[in-house]
Amino acid sequence: MTGGDGPAGGDHRLHLLRQMLRIRRFEERTVELYSATAIRGFLHLDIGEEACAVGVTGALAPDDAVVATYREHGHALARGMTMRAVMAELEGKVEGVSRGRGGSMHLFDAATRFYGGYAIVGGGLPVAVGLALADKLQGLPRVTACFFGDGAVAEGEFHESMNLAALWDLPVLFVCENNLYAMGTALARAQSEPDLAVKAAAYRVPSWAVDGMDVLAVEEAATRAVEAVRRGGPHFLELRTYRFRAHSMYDPDRYREKSEIEAWKERDPIPALEAVLVADGALDDDTLARIEAEVAAEVDDAVAFAEAGTLEPVSDVGSHVTATPQADGGLP
Amino acid sequence: MTTTTYREAMRRALREALAGDERVFLMGEDVGAYGGCYAVSLGLLEEFGPDRVRDTPLSESAFVGAGIGAALAGMRPVVEIMTVNFSLLALDQIVNNAAALRYMSGGQFHVPLVIRMTTGAGRQLASQHSHSLEGWYAHVPGLRILAPATIGDAYGMLAPALDDPDPVLIFEHGALYGMKGDLPDDPDPVDLTSAAVRRTGDDLTIVTYGGTLGTALDAAERLAGEGIGAEVIDLRSLRPLDMPAVLASVGRTHRAVVVDEGWRSGSLSAEVSARITEDAFYDLDAPVARVCSAEVPMPYAKHLEDAVLPGADDVVTAARSLGA
Repeated sequence: MTGGDGPAGGDHRLHLLRQMLRIRRFEERTVELYSATAIRGFLHLDIGEEACAVGVTGALAPDDAVVATYREHGHALARGMTMRAVMAELEGKVEGVSRGRGGSMHLFDAATRFYGGYAIVGGGLPVAVGLALADKLQGLPRVTACFFGDGAVAEGEFHESMNLAALWDLPVLFVCENNLYAMGTALARAQSEPDLAVKAAAYRVPSWAVDGMDVLAVEEAATRAVEAVRRGGPHFLELRTYRFRAHSMYDPDRYREKSEIEAWKERDPIPALEAVLVADGALDDDTLARIEAEVAAEVDDAVAFAEAGTLEPVSDVGSHVTATPQADGGLP
Repeated sequence: MTTTTYREAMRRALREALAGDERVFLMGEDVGAYGGCYAVSLGLLEEFGPDRVRDTPLSESAFVGAGIGAALAGMRPVVEIMTVNFSLLALDQIVNNAAALRYMSGGQFHVPLVIRMTTGAGRQLASQHSHSLEGWYAHVPGLRILAPATIGDAYGMLAPALDDPDPVLIFEHGALYGMKGDLPDDPDPVDLTSAAVRRTGDDLTIVTYGGTLGTALDAAERLAGEGIGAEVIDLRSLRPLDMPAVLASVGRTHRAVVVDEGWRSGSLSAEVSARITEDAFYDLDAPVARVCSAEVPMPYAKHLEDAVLPGADDVVTAARSLGA
């Protein structure tokens, strides 16, 4: 996590800015590392959507739980995983958060109760319901924040999970990051009712839509929602956002107009917050330059850490399948 | 010693698990007010209340996934799915999540979840309630697959399954629920890793599990009348397989018949057969034979269903064909 952001260090908004910058600069570096083949596989970038992860995780208590998707670098960093351990994971090193077993799509961290990146769309929602059920059965006042995209709303697991959480009054905050595209399929081409909060409300889950490009609005809504969930029952937040990059590094991005992307970039959550802070006298060029320099140093350090990391011995490939190795586990 | 049924033995195990560990709860379709689709959980709602004997909507994926989440958070859920055919609606949660979470989290998380479901045919339930798909699950690393075929295992497998830190699937053959037998008042703990020799013999080995154990024992009895001594091995665990037990028997008898209610192609019987061939080829006096269900979706009409399923006649014929 980050320290104070003085001289105006008391301003929580500077912390939010730093968190978004950490995600942005981290991911920009992963693009370079991808081109250099240090990172492979699918790499789904959060760039443009940082306000969602930062605003919501900022509203959570340390003991709360997070369930995320395959586009979860931002959520992992905002939740408190170290940049070092996330970068090492992307480089497939044993020092990674998931020992290099998961990669970009499967970040896990017991210390921050981050129950993973799920890469089957909708697959994390039932798990979040179960985490919340356990809390309720044990009388623990904890919240499970479950992130998913607009694509998940078309999955049966969304509907089953909303119903179950509402029926059993479970402490889940459902956070739909609506970036308008399920991979390449526009929302209006996939949903008979494109107002997603309406769908959630059909399950009697209190629902509201928020500007996902405004981190202050996201954090405020999430704080209210988390408090309400902790008092009892699920809530649904639709965060209206946009990804500036393609779905993954493989995506030629043929399904969106450049003008649409450029229009959304005008609403980039990072400059938007910077403008608010400058207007309030809470941020000047020197402070911004210092934060940028500190973030750049953190990214450099993370890359150096990842590149100095070690590859798990191939002979260990069969470990962690089950607690007790099965006779047929591992290498043939 | 008490005379009981397979169903009652399982209920006793559930009752003891619920009474003995606050973390245990039962969840599934009609487990509570209805008393369980096959009456396994009858009376448990009244005894333990709706939090711990939890009726669910018809949402297999969500309630299996909820079991995974609750297990991740330290509970010990027992999730009941009405039949293996219905479990396909939860396949994403079982295969992509439960089986993989320990591995893809680098060992940080584990899923101590027990999923029970009915499998198998024989009750004229046709093509969507009768299949034996446990062999598919046995394909998946990260899962333990159990098939209790006896009263003792119906009772005894649940407690060690709940002690397992990883997901365990228990397949209960639907034709066994009414089976009667004796259960000691204080049974010894059962071991989940070993196959069991249910009948000894020197001339051939019949390898089976679950609902076809009775078929195999009937066949062995008839073969004994012809002077052929058939050893019957109940696999009990379909993953991992206790191949040392199978190979030790085949090493003595030199002949093997694998009996599996699943379809032959790409099946558990194929796996067992392949491993015998790989590891005991030079012990064999004849090719490994298999007796499986006909490769059709299950028909409804009784005479057709009987014809599709492996019967004792088929096992006897296969055994004879090996020259035992």
